Order: sequence, then C-alpha cells, then structure tokens
Amino acid sequence: MDQTGQAYWSAVLGLLGKILAIWFVVSFGAGILFADALNGIKLGGYPLGFWFAHQGSIYIFIALIFYYAKAMDKIDRKFDVHE
Amino acid sequence: MDLQTMTYLVVGASFALYIGIAIWARAGSTSEFYVAGGGVHPITNGMATAADWMSAASFISMAGLIANMGYGGGLFLMGWTGGYVLLACLLAPYLRKFGKFTVPQFIGDRFYSKTASTVAVVCLLTASITYIIGQMTGVGVAFSRFLGVSSEMGIYIGMAIVFAYAVFGGMKGITYTQVAQYVVLILAYTVPAIFISLNLTGNPIPQLGLGADMAGTDVSLLTKLDQVVTDLGFGKYTTTTAGSTLNMFVYTLSLMIGTAGLPHVIMRFFTVPTVSDARISAGWALVFIAILYTTAPAVAAMAKLNLHATVNTAVMKGGDIMAPEASLQYEERPDWMKRWEKTGLLKFADKNGDGRIQYYNDKSKNADFNAKAEAAGWKGSELTVNADIIVLANPEIALLPNWVIALVAAGGLAAALSTAAGLLMAISAAVSHDLVKGIFKPDISDSGELMAGKISMAIAIVIAGYLGLNPPGFAAGTVALAFGIAASSLFPAIMMGIFSKKMNKEGAIAGMIAGLAITLFYVFAHKGIFFIKGTEFVDAIGGANSFFGITPEAFGAVGALVNFIVAFLVDKMTKEPPEHIQHMVENVRIPRGAKAVDGAH
Repeated sequence: MDQTGQAYWSAVLGLLGKILAIWFVVSFGAGILFADALNGIKLGGYPLGFWFAHQGSIYIFIALIFYYAKAMDKIDRKFDVHE
Repeated sequence: MDLQTMTYLVVGASFALYIGIAIWARAGSTSEFYVAGGGVHPITNGMATAADWMSAASFISMAGLIANMGYGGGLFLMGWTGGYVLLACLLAPYLRKFGKFTVPQFIGDRFYSKTASTVAVVCLLTASITYIIGQMTGVGVAFSRFLGVSSEMGIYIGMAIVFAYAVFGGMKGITYTQVAQYVVLILAYTVPAIFISLNLTGNPIPQLGLGADMAGTDVSLLTKLDQVVTDLGFGKYTTTTAGSTLNMFVYTLSLMIGTAGLPHVIMRFFTVPTVSDARISAGWALVFIAILYTTAPAVAAMAKLNLHATVNTAVMKGGDIMAPEASLQYEERPDWMKRWEKTGLLKFADKNGDGRIQYYNDKSKNADFNAKAEAAGWKGSELTVNADIIVLANPEIALLPNWVIALVAAGGLAAALSTAAGLLMAISAAVSHDLVKGIFKPDISDSGELMAGKISMAIAIVIAGYLGLNPPGFAAGTVALAFGIAASSLFPAIMMGIFSKKMNKEGAIAGMIAGLAITLFYVFAHKGIFFIKGTEFVDAIGGANSFFGITPEAFGAVGALVNFIVAFLVDKMTKEPPEHIQHMVENVRIPRGAKAVDGAH
C-alpha cells in the first residue's frame, strides 16, 4: 500500500475506534454493566440504566451510523479516494 | 362490519398490493434477480432491509418476551439493533465495494479457495434454512389465528404469495414488496401502541409514554408497574436481569455479531449504487427498525400493566391486591379473554375453587410474599398467558376498533412473509450462484443462471413449506442456532477478510470450522445432537450452562472468539496469502472504483 493508502486506512481505523468505543459504552456499559448504578438517576419516569437498555442505546446507534457515514465521506474526499 | 369480514378485506387488499408489485417488478437478468439491478435508493433499501430483518418473531413475540423478562429483555433490543453499527462500519461498505452477488463468493475469492467458499455455503445454508423453518411456521400460525383457516392452509397460501413475487421478481420483486410490507407492519405495530399510550399516560408517543406519569397521577408508569409486579411476587420490572450480568453481556454481543453476519441481511447492501450509499443505507435501515424496536418496550410494559389491571381491580384503584374481591370473577371476564381462551393462548384453571382469577408469581422466592398469598387463600397462579398475547390481543385489550385489529393481522403476515422471502433469496443465490455456477457449471450463460436461480428459489420454497408443515422437533431452538452459526463462522471470516491483509486461507478455514464446531458442540450438549431428544450430553460438560453460566443461545460470541483465535494461530504457522490477494484487500478498503455489482468469477 502506498503512503496515501496507509494514511487513509489509519484515518479510517481511528474513526472506527471512536465509533466502536461509543457503541460499547452505551450498550454494554450504560445498558448492562453500570445499569444498576445509573438507575439511581431518573430521566423523566425512566431509571437511566433501564432507559439505556430499552431506548437510549438504540437512538445512539442510529446517530453513530449517520455520523460515521458523514465522517467517512469526509475522509474519502480528503484522501481523494471517493467515488 | 364484523371483525372477520374486515380482516379478510384488509389482508386481501395487502396481498393484492404485493402481487401488483410483483407483476411490475419482474427480473429479466441475473443482476436484477440477485441484487435488484444494483440501483436501489439507500432509503428504499433501508426500508426493505427493515422488513427483511423484522420477522414474525419480532412482530408477534418480542414485546411479550420483554414483558415477561422486564429489564433483561433489553438484550433483544440492544442485540438486534447494535449489530447494524457493526454492519455499517465493518462489513457492508467493503462487501459492496467488492461488488459480487453473494457472501460465499467474497469468502471464496478473498481466501482464494473453493474449500473456503464451500464451508461458507454450508454455514449460510444451515443458518438460513434453520431460520426459515421458524418463519414458515410463523406464517401458518398467523394465518390460522387471524383468518380462521387451518395452519396448513395458511402455509400453502403463504407459499403461493411468496412464489408469485420471489420466483418471478427475484431481489427486485422482493425489495419493492418488502417496502410495502414495511409500511403495513409498522402501521399495524404503532397504531395500537399510540392508543394504549394515550390511554394510560395521556401521551400519544409510546416512547415518551413509557417514561411518563400515569394519567391523572404523579406516579410514573414504570414505578407503578414495579410496584404492581413486586406486590404480585414477581421480580422488579426495571431491574430483573436475564440470568447473570455476564450472560446478558455475552448474549447481547452474540445477537449483535449474529445480526451482522446473517447473509440475508448482508445481501441487501449489494443492491445500492455506491459504497457511500451502503453506509448510509445501514443507518436508514436502523431508523426504520428502531421505530418498532423502541415502541416494543412501551407495548410490553403497558400491556403487562393493562393485563394485571384487567384481572385485579386493586391494581388501578388501589387497596389490598390480595383482598378476595379484588380478583376478577371468571364469569365476568371481558370478551377478548374468551376469544383468546379458544386458541389456547390463554388458560384459566381455578385452583382454589373461588371462581375468581388469581394471576401472580407462584414460584416466588420471597417467603413473606408466599406466606401472604397462602393466607389470602391463593393456591397457585390460575392464568397461563402465552407471551404472544401481548401483541396479538393488544388492540382488543385497549378496546380499539375492528379495523385496527384487522391491521394487526395484515402486519403479522407482512412481517413473516417479508423475512421468508429475504431468506429464500439468500438460499437461492447460494445454490444457483455459488454452487451451480461457482462449482458445478462455471460456463453457464446469464440466462441459464437466471433460470437456475428461479428453479432453486422454487425448490427452496417447497422445502421451506414442507419443513413449515412438518416442523422437526427442534424448530423452537433453531433461531438461536442460526444466530450462533452466523456469529461464530461468517462474521469473523468476513471481518478478517477485510481488516487483516495477511489472513490466509488456512487460517480462515480453520477459524470458521473451529468456531462453528465449538458452538454446535455447546448447543447440542444442551439440546441434543442435531436436536434429537435424548442425545443431550449436558452432564459430560459439567451441567447446564457450565461455561461461566452462559446459556447456549448466548454462546455465539464465544464461538466467534474461538474463531478469531484459531484463525490467527493457524495463520501465523502457515504461509502468507499471495501478493494479488493482498492487493485485492487494499482495493476493497478504498471506495473509489466501485462498479455495479456483477457475478463474474
């Protein structure tokens, strides 16, 4: 792989790392591992940990994919590999 | 108009729509047959993916499961949606760039090995066929419950409808029918939910209603529900987990990577025009899926509360929940209970002979509660409620008009048919493209392959119908198996094919086989070898769930881990892949140069 190709791929992996970290934190973190602790906080009538498991993580997943798609388009253009 | 006529009318109209689309969208080439010509708009594809993904189980059973499990049911919600993040970032755009028709073709080309693609075909067929058995029985059940025909008749009708648009329309017919089916099923799911939420909380949006106060009080709905279910001896709704926290963690992860590895879902992303569209399309798919998946927990909690309120007047009015007069008199039960009793989904047994219905947790571990129940003369819970009731009877419990009940019928059928069609597509493409063209008859012409595709689709429908009519004893455990296979074999192989340039064929094949073998071993230990009763060997592995308390349904993630480890070890000991393969991987990683998907080998 040439220099640009390598720089492009590491930019992609960097973005992926960030996306997957948030993906993990909201579902496995807030929704499962720390759900009990978060349940002490209320979001309207929702205990927060329960909310992450039944609602919140899904909304954040959607936001993550659209953010990822947008950020990838930007990276594609920056390294001039877009379609 | 009476309910039965109304139901026939609404379901008949929806079928006419699907057939009309089928006639409009006939496939004339292999490209149209396998990938709808590759020109599907990302939002359209997202909607079709959502219908493809949401099966009869999502539509009919999921809310009921959540109602029973409470907080722990969140593993289905997170597991079946979180997979789309993995799909969008790790698989879909790269497979779209690769530009071939099927998943086994990617694995075969990337790992430069017919063996690899054959292993992938076997995994794909096992996963898809086990999955479709559940869909066909779901079609039969939906028909028999909603239309009053026998379940066999229902499966024949379902086969005929799917035949009409899948055989002639291929992916093109399926895609546009799925869009229509999505609209039907999402209306059918959300309309009753809106009414029920408005009823209980005064908020028409179920997602907000679930977090709101009960109408006319300052107690939140979830606090109320927690109170009611603990009073009746159940675990607290908002905190009860599914087994241990570790099991819930691993189960969720298994569903996520299983979702991302299911071939009929991956295939949908070959139909969009560009790599960038594949990414955004996964986002749209999740938007359309989320409309149902964020409504489901509201339906679950609200229907559960309504059900308890129906059989025990103290639930809403307050007062002693164990007072004799609080329990509903059996003779005064509402009409919908009588209707569903006939189907066997609801059963009443007057254990203490007082003519009233006591519905509570008679297996509570709370000694205090048990003593109180005994003192009140309760001799065991008298109502057996099938989980499916939560969605099926929801409009009736909330006293909604007949057209809403008819709509739920059409929605349930749309969910089952659309998923069945997507699976048939994956099966037929694997047979006609990967086996016939890829292995047995590489020089087949385009029109010959199109014919082979249609014939294998027709055969697949007949086999699926046969299995639906004569479900093997293991039908119930098969969906878990499909996810286990997808998670432990296909997902890791595809991911390593993209993210590791140096992964070679030896590593990939060994990994797939090891992941699959360990998963099957663990599942078979619990459920019998090939699900044959009496062949369980759970004692040989140290008792049920002996691997850190992980249930067999949740084991796919462990299988995937084994797959990764074995693949890397074998890869280190064998020689690296040829230069041109490494170039191919570099090429797959870059969007530029994506062309229309074709099937050339």
